[in-house]
Amino acid sequence: MMKYIKFGLLGIVFGIIMTKGELISWFRIYEMFKFQSFHMYGVIGSAVGLGAILMLLFRKGIIKNVYGDKIIVPAKDFKWKRALFGGIIFGLGWALAGACPGPMFVLIGNGVFSILIVIFGALLGTFLYGKFQKHLPH
Amino acid sequence: MIEIISQPWQWYVAGPSIVAVMFLLYFFGKSFGVSSNLETLCTMGGAGRFSDYFKKDWKVNLWNIVFLMGAVIGGFIASNYLSVDLPINLNPQTISDLSVLGFENAGDTVVPSELFGMEAIGSVKGIGLLLMGGLCIGFGARWAGGCTSGHAIVGMSNLQIPSLIAVVGFFTGGIIMTWVLFPLIF
Repeated sequence: MMKYIKFGLLGIVFGIIMTKGELISWFRIYEMFKFQSFHMYGVIGSAVGLGAILMLLFRKGIIKNVYGDKIIVPAKDFKWKRALFGGIIFGLGWALAGACPGPMFVLIGNGVFSILIVIFGALLGTFLYGKFQKHLPH
Repeated sequence: MIEIISQPWQWYVAGPSIVAVMFLLYFFGKSFGVSSNLETLCTMGGAGRFSDYFKKDWKVNLWNIVFLMGAVIGGFIASNYLSVDLPINLNPQTISDLSVLGFENAGDTVVPSELFGMEAIGSVKGIGLLLMGGLCIGFGARWAGGCTSGHAIVGMSNLQIPSLIAVVGFFTGGIIMTWVLFPLIF
């Protein structure tokens, strides 16, 4: 039980970042897709830039994990069809609901209970993918 | 201290803060990817009875579900105790574009009442749109193999070509929805 507490605390910090950074705002997502603000690009861009340095330090073994082992970030499945087609479907939903999977849950904490309909849809979508994935191009 | 935190966070605070959370997850031997929780929740709910895809041991992903529950609590803490930064500082052009579509008072709330309000979710169209949005997110995230966290942040940081393709897909879908479909829907 104790080993889970730190992940709960990290989740709390994540929820605060998402809320205070206005990353849970439907309007910020719309504004991003209209290219009318730098905010979201700044957040994603600075995270990727700083993240790239971190990943380099992981790869070189300069930063090790709490167990003293090298941190290995697994390579993504190299199949362009799934990345592109799945990505487009995801993007349609991201723009419509104005939230990606993290912010969806943070919005519950913000008292936006109608987001539960979106979450139900997302669970249904995940289920349908699992059910029909053998028939989809990957 | 609390006054500083209570300000709206600029991008150069929010972006590096996300990386700090990501770092700690890897430091503790885990990974950063939110949408895989949707899969875990399906597995916990018994989806394995309908598809072998969900016949997995969900207990190994329990830490991530705890992280997700923490995110709900974090949202509660931020909105109740760290001040609410509304209305947000949107581009005036965004506000007028939304007004043309029928969205009033853009940025005064976290989500538009035209989509998430009681009146909207009381209509078939309103519920349908939210369900459809969620459905695309869940289906697309699993098909693509990740979402904004796993592909856009971790994957691109780790120089993964599939993640770059996925992010191009995210923006292609998002631009089609915003520029082409929104004027037809609203």
